[in-house]
Amino acid sequence: MIDNDTPNPNRHLSSIRSCIGKIIRLYVDGFRSMTVGKKLWMIIIIKLFILFFIFKLLFFPDILERDYDNDTERAAAVRSALLNR
Amino acid sequence: MNDLMTVVDWSRWQFALTAMYHWLFVPLTLGLSVIIGIMETIYYRKRSEKWLRTTKFWMTLFGINFAMGVATGIILEFEFGTNWSNYSWFVGDIFGAPLAIEGLLAFFMEATFIAIMFFGWEKVSPKFHLASTWLTALGASISALWILIANAWMQYPVGMEFDPGQMRNVMDNFWEVTLSPVAINKFLHTVFDGWVVGAVFVCGVSSWYLMKRQRNEFALDSIRIASWFGLVGIILTIWTGDGSAVQVARVQPMKLAAMEGLYNGKVGQELVGFGILNPSKDRKDDSSPYLFDISIPYGLSILANHDANTFVPGINDLIDGRTITPQNDTVYTESYAERIIIGKKAHEALREYDHALAKGDTVAMADARSRLKENYRYFGYGYLNTPDEAVPPVGITFYSFRIMVMTGGFLLLFFIIGTISSMRESRLWKRTWWQWVSILSIAVVWICSEAGWVTAEVGRQPWIIEGLMPTRAAISAISSSTVELTFWMFAIVFTALLVAEITIMVNQIRRGSDNDKY
Repeated sequence: MIDNDTPNPNRHLSSIRSCIGKIIRLYVDGFRSMTVGKKLWMIIIIKLFILFFIFKLLFFPDILERDYDNDTERAAAVRSALLNR
Repeated sequence: MNDLMTVVDWSRWQFALTAMYHWLFVPLTLGLSVIIGIMETIYYRKRSEKWLRTTKFWMTLFGINFAMGVATGIILEFEFGTNWSNYSWFVGDIFGAPLAIEGLLAFFMEATFIAIMFFGWEKVSPKFHLASTWLTALGASISALWILIANAWMQYPVGMEFDPGQMRNVMDNFWEVTLSPVAINKFLHTVFDGWVVGAVFVCGVSSWYLMKRQRNEFALDSIRIASWFGLVGIILTIWTGDGSAVQVARVQPMKLAAMEGLYNGKVGQELVGFGILNPSKDRKDDSSPYLFDISIPYGLSILANHDANTFVPGINDLIDGRTITPQNDTVYTESYAERIIIGKKAHEALREYDHALAKGDTVAMADARSRLKENYRYFGYGYLNTPDEAVPPVGITFYSFRIMVMTGGFLLLFFIIGTISSMRESRLWKRTWWQWVSILSIAVVWICSEAGWVTAEVGRQPWIIEGLMPTRAAISAISSSTVELTFWMFAIVFTALLVAEITIMVNQIRRGSDNDKY
């Protein structure tokens, strides 16, 4: 005999799966039916590539992160810089 | 020193370029998202096909603008880590916390609901879709809130204590930072400005359709919504602008003096409505600061203090620490020369703290820390050699303020006339000259908005954090040639992206509202 008040873990799992499936379908169908959006996504991807793989990697290091190993050294470096300006 | 100043100048130019580029997209996102919300609400109530089409058309333009603006703000964070590393470290979690909240809460909220807004028309119920549209608009404003809290803290640093051990300002009162009157005012002023930008954009694009005699009903429907929304927006922008002036007078009086080109203040100070600055004016001579001016009697006293008979200090008064009380007594408070002495005492205490730390002398560290705390309020003045170095560039601040006010005044007039006309058969909107005014107002509103930021940011120079850190102390030890190179690289990339955006936007506008595909 099955107790109706007992939560059924399988039912919960399948409803979560169905919900995730709906979310994925929302994005997949949405992207598929795009027209102007495809062009925009291309621009966004090119832009992100230029920003993160060219500018960030080659020209914009986090100087304190790069040059010092820990926060104590970074604090000392900033203290020295601020006292010698 | 010369190379240091070149790095500072190039870094400031680079930051200005990226921030102004970023600001081309943000206000339109803020304004257009609310207009779309209003249009979709009308559709939801009436269930009419024409409002659905109208909503979808503006939503597409919103999407183009949103996509082009994505990640343009991230460059500013790159610059913090590379060009402004001393500053980034010094501000500690005060800058980090609001930006982290912005990233986690607002950005994800925006990104989630924007997907439903664009892709969910046939997938979710109309009510849920409408809620998603409004939540996207809300998410955009919440995003702006946290950024503006961080900016306001730089103009009016509160809610923190400096820890010389960590070399950071540590937030000790989250609510004081978040609810600072400067932050609240700045947030509201900026969001309402975004409403005006969105409304002018809708009116301008719709006027183009009317000029081409295309989609008249759609254009006039859009104008009716946008002109009302723009009128509300510009009134609220002016109201919060008045609040900003009061805050500037209270916490950044030197900025207010520069905005007015005011050297020697008085009780019942007039406001320069229109003026041309005297380029050979030196603060120490007696010549007039203006070659020509039209002034409003008592205007600046009313603007700054909401009282016609109050004293507004000029640049010389502030440098000398001179003020006049409501009882008409002249009182001298700390002059800038005294602030410099106090600032240098703070530096000396920090130096002693550093020596004591190296020796592990905890008693000397505690003593130095206590003296630093006592003098910290003018820490930044310790970098100045003369009081004149604390005066912002008067010309840029004066003219950018006037450009903002004059273009804002024009927009008020535009929306008053436009709204009245839109209620009376919209005859004016069908006239070609008015359609041209409306189309050209798109450029005017962006000039107005950018000029506001120029006033706010140039007017607070030399400070990156008011009174605590000048830009020259904030800069990293990097070569000016690197910054110069990346400046030009940004300029090229931004120009290309802007051309791409305008091309896509114009093509979409030409295609019109018949095509509701994204």
